[in-house]
Amino acid sequence: MAEAFAGYDAGGISDTAAVERTLAGEREVYRVLVERHSAYVYRVAYRMTGNSQDAEEVVQEAFLRAFQKLQQFAGNANFGTWVYRIAANYAIDRLRQKKNEEARREIPLRTAEGESEIDPLSQLKDSAPSPERLAGSTQLAKKMKEALDALTPAERTAIVMRHWDGCGIEEIAAVLKSNSSAAKNTVFRAVQKLRAALKPFAEGRGAAKAVGTES
Amino acid sequence: MKHTTEEELFAYREGEMKGRETIAAHLQECGECRAELQRMEEVFQALDAIPVPDPGEQYGAKVWRQIANRLPEHAPKRDANWLSAWFAPRRLVAVGVAAALLVLAFYAGRKTSTNTGNEENVDASKVRERVLVVAVGEHLGKSEMILMELSNAQPGDAGKKLINISTAQKRAEDLVEENRLYRQTALEGGDNAIASTLDELQRVLLDVANSPAEVTPAQFESIQKRIAAQGLLLKVRVVRQELRAEAAGNKSVPAQNDSTPKVRNKV
Repeated sequence: MAEAFAGYDAGGISDTAAVERTLAGEREVYRVLVERHSAYVYRVAYRMTGNSQDAEEVVQEAFLRAFQKLQQFAGNANFGTWVYRIAANYAIDRLRQKKNEEARREIPLRTAEGESEIDPLSQLKDSAPSPERLAGSTQLAKKMKEALDALTPAERTAIVMRHWDGCGIEEIAAVLKSNSSAAKNTVFRAVQKLRAALKPFAEGRGAAKAVGTES
Repeated sequence: MKHTTEEELFAYREGEMKGRETIAAHLQECGECRAELQRMEEVFQALDAIPVPDPGEQYGAKVWRQIANRLPEHAPKRDANWLSAWFAPRRLVAVGVAAALLVLAFYAGRKTSTNTGNEENVDASKVRERVLVVAVGEHLGKSEMILMELSNAQPGDAGKKLINISTAQKRAEDLVEENRLYRQTALEGGDNAIASTLDELQRVLLDVANSPAEVTPAQFESIQKRIAAQGLLLKVRVVRQELRAEAAGNKSVPAQNDSTPKVRNKV
């Protein structure tokens, strides 16, 4: 979260001062915080949502919500971290809402037994292009993006927070509203799914080995 | 030879300490597991390959234009919400501690000023003092955990630019107010050794609480040095052990008419 900690701008007022002045009635000063932290929150939101349109909405909503509860912001905390958490909370809610809407729109795909829905990941694997087609980094990035889209909202949020933003497990658990152990499992499950989705590509470069087996 | 599982490799990559040496030793010997770890690493590299569009230099100004008209005229004022602020969970803990201390002070005052020898009062006082001793002991236990974690943490990766201390920071924030109240009570009760330790603890807790959630290795080292230089961890541990012994009744309860302040050994 390095970018979030550029809390002081040599040419301007500090985040803390900006918060205090906004709370004191200088609404325009909030602009300093918005302009200073928007790009970072956008990058986080993009990784969580996977597209610009949703990311921009998350950014706007995060700053609106932050303004509405600015009086709860502890003066000695870091505004960047605080607004990051607000954005992460909103992004996961939005992801869940979108998944639910998509699930309602689509006719559920059932297995032969008619019991459970087909795992989106297995669909992804079935339609996976050959390793040759995945040779370039553009294809790899595209494939990874698809794999991320196939994760559940919680898994996606967990891996984004852990990998890109270096968040601790407890911080992730707070956003997922779960405990540390469950959050850790969620990160691991996300990694497992991403690995499975990228397996054709990985196998192209070296034979995969079944782990946890006797040799 | 049993290979490492995917979960074990992931935990190893995450820096978990449990079974770390065994896995490291296995990886030294087993090329297959090393290759497997490398394949896992490639997944993380692939994550980094996903491009994130640059929103542009003017993006902040654009967001402001988008939200400015949707913002309320004024941000909610702290003063206007003093009631809800007081009922925030962290404040409630502090208020609870303060209330408990007030009750204790009241009973302690009764006990030392009247010197009636009334058995009932003395019993009540003993119970309350024990409650306080247990509470301060627990507080020191929580503080000790933070100090230990910070002291023992090894930033490890020299190339790492920032170290995330957000968990310790949040916990320190939670303990600051509690610590202040206990310190004040210890001072008023003449318990100078505890007050002095709590005073030193307060400075480190404030240091950690006021740090950014991610610090540079140099900042992190400075926090570690501060803890080490004051021997704070040892002091906290000693006072905590003393209190624990007292709570267990190993330490004699002060005489009923002893109105002189208690002074524990300096630690």
